[in-house]
Amino acid sequence: MQFWQARKIPLAWLLLTRQPMRLAVALAGIGFAGLLMFIQLGFRDALFDSSVTVHKMFDTDLVLLSPRTTSSIRMASFPRRRLAQAMANPAVVDIVPVHWDFALWRNPENKSNRPILALAYEPGHKVFLDEKITDQSSRLTQRGRVLFDELSRNEFGPVPEWFRQGRTVETEAAGKRLRVAGLFSAGPSFGADGTILLSNETFLNLFPNAPPGSIELGLIRLRNGSDPTKVRDQLRRLLPNDVSVLTKQGFMDMEINYWRTSTAIGFIFGLGAAMGFVVGCVIVYQILYSDVSDHLPEYATLMAMGYNLFSLVGVVAREGFLLALIGYLPALGVSNLLYIAIKSATKLPVLMIFDRALLVFVMILVMCMGSAALAMRRLGDADPAEIF
Amino acid sequence: MVLSSPIADTSSQTFATVAVRGLSHWFGTGTMQRQVLQGIDLEIRPGEVVLLTGPSGCGKTTLLTLVGALRQVMEGSVRVLGCELNGSSRQERQLLRRSVGMIFQGHNLLRCLTAEQNVQMGADLLPGLGYRARRDLAREWLRAVGLDDHLSKLPHDLSGGQKQRVAIARALAAHPRLLLADEPTAALDSRTGREVVDLLKRLARDEGCSVLMVTHDPRILDVADRLVRMEDGRLWASEAPVV
Repeated sequence: MQFWQARKIPLAWLLLTRQPMRLAVALAGIGFAGLLMFIQLGFRDALFDSSVTVHKMFDTDLVLLSPRTTSSIRMASFPRRRLAQAMANPAVVDIVPVHWDFALWRNPENKSNRPILALAYEPGHKVFLDEKITDQSSRLTQRGRVLFDELSRNEFGPVPEWFRQGRTVETEAAGKRLRVAGLFSAGPSFGADGTILLSNETFLNLFPNAPPGSIELGLIRLRNGSDPTKVRDQLRRLLPNDVSVLTKQGFMDMEINYWRTSTAIGFIFGLGAAMGFVVGCVIVYQILYSDVSDHLPEYATLMAMGYNLFSLVGVVAREGFLLALIGYLPALGVSNLLYIAIKSATKLPVLMIFDRALLVFVMILVMCMGSAALAMRRLGDADPAEIF
Repeated sequence: MVLSSPIADTSSQTFATVAVRGLSHWFGTGTMQRQVLQGIDLEIRPGEVVLLTGPSGCGKTTLLTLVGALRQVMEGSVRVLGCELNGSSRQERQLLRRSVGMIFQGHNLLRCLTAEQNVQMGADLLPGLGYRARRDLAREWLRAVGLDDHLSKLPHDLSGGQKQRVAIARALAAHPRLLLADEPTAALDSRTGREVVDLLKRLARDEGCSVLMVTHDPRILDVADRLVRMEDGRLWASEAPVV
C-alpha cells in the first residue's frame, strides 16, 4: 500500500525507452565496456588458474624444490639424496623423485618443433591424483613411450585424434624417437602449451646432459592425519638449505605469485579491464549529460511545477541505475559465449565465475552511477525563471 | 476540492490571493544594472481573472516569475496565498509553487510522456492520493479539456491547441489556487486561442482559482474581470474590461 501510494510516473524509464537510438548507443557502450572487463579479467584469472594446472595434478602433501626455482618454466635441479633424507622424519611415508623440463616436440603432421613440458618419474610410483594416469603408467616402462595430454594445444599435431583412431603416433623430441602410449587430460597453461609424461629412463635419454643424481621436484607423502605445515617446518630444520620445502598449496602459490609479480601479465590485463571501465564511464557520461541537457527546459518546467531539485536528481540517478542493469545483462550473455569461444580456441580454463560476474556488475554500477552523479551537476542550470 | 497548501495560512481565502506592495526589481549589476519593475502594487482576489497587458520588454514576465515564486524578491513585498516571498527560502518557494499552476507560452510538455502522463505529473504533486486516484484525476482533467480520445498520444502527435489544453489540464490537476499564464495563445490561431482562453477561464472559475494572465492578444481581453496595463516597469490604472 505504501508503495502504491508513493508510485509515480516512471519518468527515468520513459526518458530512456522513448529515445531508442540514445538507449541503444548507451547499451552498446556499457555492453562493450562490460565485455572488455569480462574478457580481460577472465584472461587474467585463467592465467593464474592455468599456471597451476600441472601442480594441482600431483598426489602429494609436501614438495622439495631447488631454492633457485622461481616458477615451473625454469625448474632448477637439486640433489636427489635430499629427498631420501626426508624419510628420516617419521611422518613421511612415501617419496617420489620427478624430473621436470621442456623438450622440443616435433609435430608429427607438419614437422614443426615446439617446446612441450616433459614430466618423468619411475613408472611404478604413484605420482598423480588422476587414476587414469596411474593405470597407464606401466606402458611407460618401455623406453621411448610417452603419455600425451589430450588437451595440449593443436600446434603439437593431431596426436589425440590419431591415437584414438588406433594409429601408431610416432615423433621426435630432442632428436630422440618417441611413441605415444596413451592419453591423459591436463590442459595447457601460460607456461606450457602441452605436457607429456615419460619414464626417468626415457627422460635421461632425451636430456643426456641432465646432472646425474639430480631431480627438479620431489614429492613427499605424509602419514594420514599429520599436519603438512608442521612437518614442512621440521623438514626445513632437518635439510640443508640447498633445497626448499613447500606444501602443495605453497608450491601453487609460488607459481601464481611468479606470474603475478615477475611478469607484467597481471598488470596488463588489469589495465585492460580499467580501460574498459574508463571507456564505459566516458560513454555513459556523454549519454546522460546530453540527455540532461536536451531535457533541461523540461526539468525546469518540473521545478516550476513544484518538484524539488532532489526529485530531479533522483530521476537522473534512476536513469544511471537502469542503464547499469540493462547494459549488464547483454554483456554477461555475450561474455559467456565468448568465454566458450576462447576456451575452445586457447584451451585455457576461462570460466564465468560468480565472483567475477559480481565484480563486473559492481564496476558497471559504479560507472553508471558515477557518470549520473557528474551529469546531475548540469541540473543546476535548470532555472525555472528562464522558461517563461 | 480545494486542498490547502502546506504553507499558506488557512485564512488566506478571506484575503487577497496575491498582494504585491512596492515591488521593485533590477537586472544586472553595477553600471549595467537596469530597473525592470518600479514600485508595483497589485492585488488579486480569490477567483478573480486579471489580464496584464503592455508592450514587450516592459517587465510583465518578470512580475509573473516573481509572483510565481520562481525568482527571489529584491525589494518590496509579495504575498502569495498568505506566504511572504521576500526573504523566503528556496524550499519555501518550491513548496509554494505546488499551489501555483503555470501555463507557458510554449506548452513545455515533457516530450517523452503521453498526454495522460504529462497531466499526471501535475497530479503526482498532490499529497495523500494513491496512484490510481491520481491517474483517474489526470483522465478527468483531460476529459474536462476535451481530450478524452488523446490520452496515450505523445505531445509530438498533438496539435498546438491540443498541447496547450494538455498544459492547462496539467496545471489544474495539481489543484492550484492561483494560475499564472504567460501568453498562452501566442502560438495558436485566433479561433483555437479563443477556445483555450474560454476553457481556462471556465475551469479556473469552477475551481475557485485566481488567474493572472499576461497577453498581447487584443481578442481575448474580454475574459478578464480586470485589466492591468504595464509600461516601463510601472502599472497603470486598472481599466474596466472591454466587453
